[in-house]
Parts: sequence; C-alpha cells; structure tokens
Amino acid sequence: MGKKLAVTGNQAVATAMKQINPDVCAAYPITPQTEIMQRFASFVSDGEVDTELITVESEHSAMSACIGAAAAGGRVMTATSSQGLALMWEMLYIASGMRLPIVMPVVNRALSAPINIHGDHSDSMGARDSGWIQLYSENAQEAYDNVIQAVRIGEHENVRLPVMVCMDGFIISHSIESMEFLPDEVVKEFVGEYKPLYSLLDVDNPVTYGPLVLPDYYMEFKRQQHEAMGNVKEVVLEVAKEFEKVSGRSYGLFEEYRLDDAEVIIVILNSAAGTAKDVVDQYRDKGVKVGLLKPRLFRPFPYKEVAEALSGAKVVAVLDRADSFGGFGPVYMEVASALTTNGARPLMLNRIYGLGGRDFMPEHAETVIEELKRVLDSGKIEKQKDYLGVRE
Amino acid sequence: MSETIEIRWHGRGGQGTVTAAKVLADACLSGGKNVQAFPEYGPERAGAPLRAYNRISTKPLRIHAPVTNPNIVVVVDATLLDSIDVTEGAPDDAIFVINTVRSPEEIRKKLGLKDTQKVYTVDASKIALETIGRPLPNSCMLGALAKATGIVDLQTLLDDVKGSFGSKFSEKIIAANLEATRRGYEEVKEG
Repeated sequence: MGKKLAVTGNQAVATAMKQINPDVCAAYPITPQTEIMQRFASFVSDGEVDTELITVESEHSAMSACIGAAAAGGRVMTATSSQGLALMWEMLYIASGMRLPIVMPVVNRALSAPINIHGDHSDSMGARDSGWIQLYSENAQEAYDNVIQAVRIGEHENVRLPVMVCMDGFIISHSIESMEFLPDEVVKEFVGEYKPLYSLLDVDNPVTYGPLVLPDYYMEFKRQQHEAMGNVKEVVLEVAKEFEKVSGRSYGLFEEYRLDDAEVIIVILNSAAGTAKDVVDQYRDKGVKVGLLKPRLFRPFPYKEVAEALSGAKVVAVLDRADSFGGFGPVYMEVASALTTNGARPLMLNRIYGLGGRDFMPEHAETVIEELKRVLDSGKIEKQKDYLGVRE
Repeated sequence: MSETIEIRWHGRGGQGTVTAAKVLADACLSGGKNVQAFPEYGPERAGAPLRAYNRISTKPLRIHAPVTNPNIVVVVDATLLDSIDVTEGAPDDAIFVINTVRSPEEIRKKLGLKDTQKVYTVDASKIALETIGRPLPNSCMLGALAKATGIVDLQTLLDDVKGSFGSKFSEKIIAANLEATRRGYEEVKEG
C-alpha cells in the first residue's frame, strides 16, 4: 500500500503530476498560478520528471501551448486557478473542439471584482460549457486520486476530451491533511503509455486540426462532442473500478451519503460536503431522515443517475459556491434539470454559500437542515433562492 | 480526551506559528492519527496577529472549517493576551499553553479562566534566545504543548521537528531547535 503523509492539496496534486510524468506542461509562472506549478517546476529542475516545461507569458498562451503539444501527440498537463482560468476561456473551447485530452487541475478561487483570491467555484463553473470534463474533489486525497484517473478518462478512445480536476482554493489547496499516496510505479502502470490517435508529427498520416468548418458541417462536429461526452460516464466508472483495485478507494459519478430512506437531502460539492456530512450524522443520530449527495462528475452531468438517487426525496436543498446573478446557482440548475423527468418531484431550494472564501461552518449546514425540516412539515417554500451567512 | 482534539494557535506573522502547526500535524500523523493543519487565511504580514489550527483525530477528518471551540489554545506571543480574547469559544475543560515570563497563576487571573480549565506557561522567547539565538518560540512551544497535553510523545515530536528542517539548514540550527523543543517540554509549568 501507499505512504500516508500530511500534505497540502497543492502538494498532493503536484505529486500526482510528478507520478504521471507528462510529456509537456505549459504554465504561466506568476500569480494566479498556484503552488502546484511551483512544485512541479522543482521536479522538472531536479530531473525527477522527463517533462518539457514551457513557461509562457499568460494563461491564454499556456493553454495555447498545451493545445499545440497535445495535437503533436504529447501527454499534456497544466494547472490554473481563478483569473487564470478566465483568461484561458477562448482556448478551452479549442482544446475540447480539437478533442485533445489535456488534464488540468483547477484550484477553485473567486473572480474579481472586487479583488478576492479565496475559495469559490465561480471560475470552473463559468467554464462548464467549454466542452471539458469536470471532476470535483472534496479533499486532497480525492484531488490526487481524480488527477490520476483523469488521465485515463480523457485519453480513453471513446472520449478523447480534456479534463479539469477541481479542488477548493486555500481550504484544500493550502491546508495540510493526512492522505495516502500510491507508489510511483503503481501510478505509472495505471496511467500507462499514451498512444495518440492522430498526431500532427506523424508525417506519414497527415491530419488537420482546427480547420475552417462552415455551416455545412460545424453542427456535426459539435454533435460529436456531445456524443463523446455521452461516453464519459461509463469510462469514469470503468476507470474508477480499476483505480479501486490499486488504491482500495472507490469512486462513482457522485457520492451518496446516507440517502437510503432520506426525506430531506442536501446536494453540495467539494470541501463543504465534508463539513455537511458531519452535520448530517448529528441529525441522523436525532432521528432526522437526512442525506447528502455530493457530485463528483459535473460535466457531463449524470442526470439520470442523480434523478434516481433523489427519487425518494421530499425536499432537496442544493448548495452552490458560485452564483448566476439573476439566475440559480449552477449545481441547482443541473439538479433541477435532472428531476424534470421524475414523476413525483421534491420541493427544491437553492442556497448560495461561501463566495470569496467565506467559511462554510457546521452551523450553516444546520440552518439548511432546519429549513428542510420546516418545508417538509409545511409543504411551503418561502424563498427558493437565498444566501447563507450573508449580511442583509 | 475526545476522539477529535481541536487546537487553536495564536501568534504573530514571522514567529513560525504556522510551521509549528504543520510539525505538530506531522508528529501526530507519525503517531498514527488523522491530522489537519491550516492557518486562518488572510494577508500575511510580519508582526500581524494570526491564527492557525490543528485537528488531531482517531477518525478520518471531514470537516473543513476553522476551529471555533478549541480543546487546546496555544499562545505563541504573550503580547497578544492584551489585544485578543484567546479564550473565545474555549470549553470548560480547555487547556491553555502560553509563552510568557509570568506564572500560570497570574495568567489564570488575567484571562479569567475557570477552575476546570488548565493553564501552562513557559518562557519560550527566553529559551529560544538561549538555544537558537533568535526570538523564534515555535519549537519550544511544541515541546511545552507535548508535555501539557500528552497528544504526542517527546521522541516522535523531536524526530518530526528535525524532519521539518530538511536539508536546507545547518546541523547547528537543527540541534538548537531540538534543544528548544526539549527545554519547552521540561520547563513548562502547570498552574
């Protein structure tokens, strides 16, 4: 088995990257870049990886260089956060449109203005329609495990799409927790050797990437991206099964926590889900039938499976650490969409929490469960969308 | 003690308080526990008051929120006693470990501690000057904390203090920090 160490989320992910040993890594070496790249750059300097590290002048260029290297046939990784991801936006669509399996850890942080550097999901949630697969991680262990699995998921021949692996800024990225690493050779064998399907450097079989496609064929390309996304769920589960064999840790499309017989359910992802699980236990001890669903695969969203998992619920609260001003939070919108096909639908609440790194305390989870109980008794929702722990 | 121990550290930027929390986490991990160590995130400035936290548990730790009801409070800088309420949220059986020249009795009175709360003091700044030659009280406070609470044994702690310096520091500096840790363990006073 692996080694147990106390590390930050950044260290965990940088170590996963070291063990994956990608061919090329392009990164913008200044803030908002994270300690992940700082540590990975040390691995490159110390000769611990064979990776060619390209330091560029912006996050936009970082993704551009990743796209070039991936189209050439390399296994490519980078990492980003916050404004950096926002600046990459244009190139994100090009990476997915070209079907390049780039793997990118994203340290979830807020977007300006006002300036804020703390934990918040606005960055990656804003990129949810960019054609990237998105995996979310509760803690350093999950971030490490997801990065390793992401390589296999993205590169799978039925998928070939880029993958973002998200974890909470500061709360996970900078906090030290105990977690277990896999031995180097286990990771090496698990990710295997990358065999690109269409390499630009294969001059005997020339291909074109990113050609001009006018209305006569553009839509077919986009439809194919959707088809590829349709294959992701099966691959995620297949890879998770194999990962369990080497790690002993099991993963699904989402985590179901005490959902059996639950009448009221909280849906919440990333680090706050851990805090909420402790509170769910306290309420279960008091006899309250409460459960929790923690999304892991957010793109593609497993609508059918989430709908099934929530089929017994009477009231569901979806908690979002990102907002859509004038709309509902992004997780809420997906869960609501998932439930449209269910015959008997639960009542639904959306609560926005933790923007810009505001702490999600156990008391916030208690507030939500108390409200869920009230709605269960009265059958009435006072406010469908509201904010937790905010000054009025 | 309960299955999860929560610790709150009060220090000032530049005193190694966050490093101390990290070393404690490593030492408790070596002792087979699940651990967390994290600072209160904000602008980091030398001399500014800061908090850091530990959780040490026999169970996997899932909570990701600051410690609000610490079982143990460590004050690395005595001047904070005048400006910050270090007793905030501390339960009736809380343990206080304070770097100060004053006696446990004086501190108990100053902080208005309950009879059920325990207080330990150590002159860590003086010990740091005598051993390390600089007012860096963190290693010494780790030793005092280990003795006062028993959450980690001295040898495990010393091994992890040594390990925390890696290969970047001279043997002399490492030896001085180990001596500071040991003296903190030996000289801490209960009251």
